[in-house]
Amino acid sequence: MELFMKIGSALLIGAMILYMYPNAKRMMQDSPEAEKGDWASFVVPVLFVAAFVLLLMTLI
Amino acid sequence: MQGNTVSTQVDARVLATNKLIRNTYMLLAMTLLFSAVTATLSVFLKLPPMTYLLCLGGAIALMWLVLPRTANSGAGIGVVFGITGLLGLGLGPLLSMYLSLPNGPQIVATALGGTGVIFFALSGYALTTRKDFSFMGGFLATGFIVVLVAALVNIFLGIPAFSLAISATVVMLMSGFLLYETSQMVHGGQDNYVLATVGLYMTIFNLFVSLLHLLGFASND
Repeated sequence: MELFMKIGSALLIGAMILYMYPNAKRMMQDSPEAEKGDWASFVVPVLFVAAFVLLLMTLI
Repeated sequence: MQGNTVSTQVDARVLATNKLIRNTYMLLAMTLLFSAVTATLSVFLKLPPMTYLLCLGGAIALMWLVLPRTANSGAGIGVVFGITGLLGLGLGPLLSMYLSLPNGPQIVATALGGTGVIFFALSGYALTTRKDFSFMGGFLATGFIVVLVAALVNIFLGIPAFSLAISATVVMLMSGFLLYETSQMVHGGQDNYVLATVGLYMTIFNLFVSLLHLLGFASND
């Protein structure tokens, strides 16, 4: 049963990679270039999320 | 005269964006409630672990094969409920496993609350700053493919620390996807509320499952 689950999961993830790869490639090519300060506006909230998750992990 | 035309066009675009955001969050709330009902049903019925895989496969098939053809019609809403209902049903065995731990209910409740806080905080941030996160599209899509490859490898390696690192990465990636998808609605990158709902739902789903894994690990059970 466990081996069957592993094979099933691998097939599902493999199919997801095959289906999503062309889309990811297209998104990579079509994404506009980041301007100055753009990455900071992404990194700062994500760092807050990381700190929040760490807090939850210590509280549990 | 020309100024009036431009102003009318801007007003129409703002109205369309507001309508898209309202419809998306309304449908998202309904689908989250529906999947909570199917997940509860799955826990009470004590469905076997295989349910998770089968339901995930069924939901992905609906997402890839049926949703693109129905997203612009009323049938699309039914398909969204089908996808989210299946994902909720599939979540049942996973929830049962965590609930059977000594502090299981606390882990599940914390993961649920944590997912809610992250969702509201990041959506609020993207909606209030109105920052355009479209530059992150390629980075997030590539990051997700890398995570999938890592998860595929770890199915056979079975290294717990690697699995934990994958879950932590998924939390970061899904946070990025929340910002990206919300900004896509605001800036016109997404104009279909059915597709926007499915995108946000999948992000919340992945965030919740990864948070559950991290908190389960942290509780030492």
